[in-house]
Amino acid sequence: MTRIPEFRAAKWNEPVVMEMGRPGARGQLFPAPEGEVTETVGADLIPGSMARKDRPELPEITEFEAQRHYLHLSQMTLGMMGISLFGTCTMKYNSKTTEYATLRPELAEVHPYQHPDTLQGVLEIVHDFDLILRNLSGMDQFIFQAGGGADAAYTMTAVARAYWDDRGMLDQRTEMVTSVQAHPCNPATAAAAGFKVVNLPLEENGYPSLEALKAAVSEKTALIMLNNPDDMGIYNPEIKEWVKVAKEAGALCFYDHANFNGVMGKLSAGELGFDACMFMLHKTFGAPKAGGGPAVGAYGCTDELAPYLPCPVITKNGDRYDIDEDRPKSAGKVREYWGNVPQVVKAYGWARAMGAEGIQLASDISVVANNYMDKKLAEIPGLEISNPSINAYRMEMTRWSLGPLTEETGVSTVDFANRMADYGIDPYWMSHEPWIVAEPFTPEAGELWSKEDIDTWINVIRQIAEDARTNPEMVKTAPHNQAIAQVKGDVFEDPSKWAMTWRAYQRKIVGEDQEKGVA
Amino acid sequence: MRIGLVINPIAGMGGAVGLKGTDGPDTVAEALRRGANAKAGDRAYTALRLLADRVPGARLAVAPGQLGADWVQDLDLDTTTVEIPNITTTARDTKQAVLAMGDLDVIVFAGGDGTARDVASVAGDRAILGIPCGVKMHSGVFAVTPQAAGAMMADMISAPERVGWNDSAEVMDIDEEALRKGILAPRLYGFARIPASRSLMQAAKGGPRQDATTSLASAAAAVVAEMEEETLYIIGPGTSASSIAQAVNETATPLGVDAMLGGKVVARDASDATLRELAKGHDIRIVLGVTGRQGFLLGRGNQQIAPDMISRAGRDGLIILATEDKLTALAQPQLLVDTGDPELDASLEGFVRVSTGANRQMMMRIASC
Repeated sequence: MTRIPEFRAAKWNEPVVMEMGRPGARGQLFPAPEGEVTETVGADLIPGSMARKDRPELPEITEFEAQRHYLHLSQMTLGMMGISLFGTCTMKYNSKTTEYATLRPELAEVHPYQHPDTLQGVLEIVHDFDLILRNLSGMDQFIFQAGGGADAAYTMTAVARAYWDDRGMLDQRTEMVTSVQAHPCNPATAAAAGFKVVNLPLEENGYPSLEALKAAVSEKTALIMLNNPDDMGIYNPEIKEWVKVAKEAGALCFYDHANFNGVMGKLSAGELGFDACMFMLHKTFGAPKAGGGPAVGAYGCTDELAPYLPCPVITKNGDRYDIDEDRPKSAGKVREYWGNVPQVVKAYGWARAMGAEGIQLASDISVVANNYMDKKLAEIPGLEISNPSINAYRMEMTRWSLGPLTEETGVSTVDFANRMADYGIDPYWMSHEPWIVAEPFTPEAGELWSKEDIDTWINVIRQIAEDARTNPEMVKTAPHNQAIAQVKGDVFEDPSKWAMTWRAYQRKIVGEDQEKGVA
Repeated sequence: MRIGLVINPIAGMGGAVGLKGTDGPDTVAEALRRGANAKAGDRAYTALRLLADRVPGARLAVAPGQLGADWVQDLDLDTTTVEIPNITTTARDTKQAVLAMGDLDVIVFAGGDGTARDVASVAGDRAILGIPCGVKMHSGVFAVTPQAAGAMMADMISAPERVGWNDSAEVMDIDEEALRKGILAPRLYGFARIPASRSLMQAAKGGPRQDATTSLASAAAAVVAEMEEETLYIIGPGTSASSIAQAVNETATPLGVDAMLGGKVVARDASDATLRELAKGHDIRIVLGVTGRQGFLLGRGNQQIAPDMISRAGRDGLIILATEDKLTALAQPQLLVDTGDPELDASLEGFVRVSTGANRQMMMRIASC
């Protein structure tokens, strides 16, 4: 029997860095320029027209104090090294080896606007990784410009627009068909690109029926966007038929590989007939996550769609690598430059370390681990698997419901997640919208965590279910062992209570900015 | 939050003895003669026990005797009993108790559709919540189980920020007399405000959930934008359908059928005859909502729209509005039709598009029941 973690978070009741320090305190004192420098470039290194009039409002603290403050802040988080079975995100270890590789000057000190002659090494890695993804997907060309999965989905909608526009059919092909269980970035990006969204409901098999798809697609359909398996852990075995039906209606087919971990090396989007697909390097390929930016959605497509790809595309000509910007039919750019290259290098490092067999094995392990977890979770009263009538193994993750426990105790899935943090365990992912099962949660073990870690996680779930029965109010008011107490969620819906920056905090919460005249 | 409780002690008695309901004193006598047991009190007790366990000493106004007070005696609840003149175990008791409770936030009742109607008819601005005990429960005001009702009461008292409100839950009832003769004639009697669990704080990747009014308003605006000048639009009852009238700044009849032509409302609370007159020389389309949980499209609360008019519009002439949340929460992923004409019902079967927001649709399967 594995233990249940005993945990108490560090709590440093410190002000924010903007409120720390004292006038005149400095982290670094820089020497005055040497005489030879001033003689050459003049005493005023910054032209008067560019120099700011007022001193910036920065905290005045020493380097040591700054280090200590940020160490304390990091101690008040759970870090990224705990047990985090955060479903749909495919949590993986981000290796130090690839981290060091990206810190090397050959990568860290280059700029995408350098002449390609001076970037051959980086371009070779990007191109080689493109080849690896082609092997995994059956696609003909990848780009890495998109800054995340949703951005890659948007790339698909932008490519589809360019494709239909090039054929003079953009006014006719106005609809995008997807499943209600697809990740919300698919309908959202299609809507952003001006397409109408047609959702298909889940039916008795746990996925939408072919009949619903046939009723939905027509000469108006521009594209279909699908996840498979979905977040319930159910693989739609009719996928090949789906692609066929969509193709017969003339639509483009996009495979959102957000849930690739359960099928890595087992299937190929190209062989299934898809025109394009997307991988998230910060999920499946072991590169670090970071919300809203330093991620990569690798977008790949067939030769037929390649002319419409965002620019630039990295190409190989003989022994030389080039940055191809001259693509007249391109959909434009979805982000600057050729993508977040350090992430590409880390993903390349992961893929090379794993090898083709390793990638397949990792997929097997993630599916086995999830099904082990399903068996264990099924033993805990009050938990219910999604689509309970489907008696088949799930893929790499499973959606569960706390509905019966909530009815019995009033403890919701949000309360449950808050309580997890009291055990030093990262709260789980609940569900994308719309919530199809009551009080959902979605664990995903992946290939990283040991059986012991998974057992610990399950023990914590079992313990909280027991806490919910014996002391529901304690669970509903959790966390109690954390750096901060429960955050009331209602403020999330009130923009006047949000402050993402110091300036916004001053304006909205303190109200000082108006006095100072800061916009 | 201040909660009142009233139990209809005879609710549900008719079901076990084959009476399809327990409306009216003669039926109660018949149910008793057939050996029916009253279950509403037991089911209410289940909910109240959960409340007392979760929030010991919770304050509650209760109706007297078997209408409430008898069932809370051994529970750790702080109750105040309201007075009513005398107990007759008729609909009058329920109404008098609700009226006597005065200025509360929520009236929790144990009963079925008949009790829901009685409570809603005198509840005024107060929200209502049903502990499910009846034979018929077509209304959208019931918790799923007595336990769920108890959990909701506990949340309302101890954690009101977890509770959201829905102002348009359907209060429906079937004419039992007709039902016993084999005729299913459910009617929409009104809309009530009900508490609903609110899932706060979906962390990380989640965002705030879109509220139903915004989704429906966007869907309605899109429908209005595509309206044809010469087509008569028959607007069914309910908030989803009436969002169409609101999109052109008109008020709709919540329980009745309206008609629009040329972008204007041309008839309110229209009778079958009025609709037929208006439809002369025009194509017709029918705007409908969906009932919560059960997913009825036709035949529950909108029987004013006659089968032959539905037939004229055809399946392609139906314009359906509902939120994604409502559609995904249906007990079965399908829309039910029960027009009274089996052939028409069969002809409507198949997939239709339901408008769920601006440029957003969901394919739904229509099934006859």
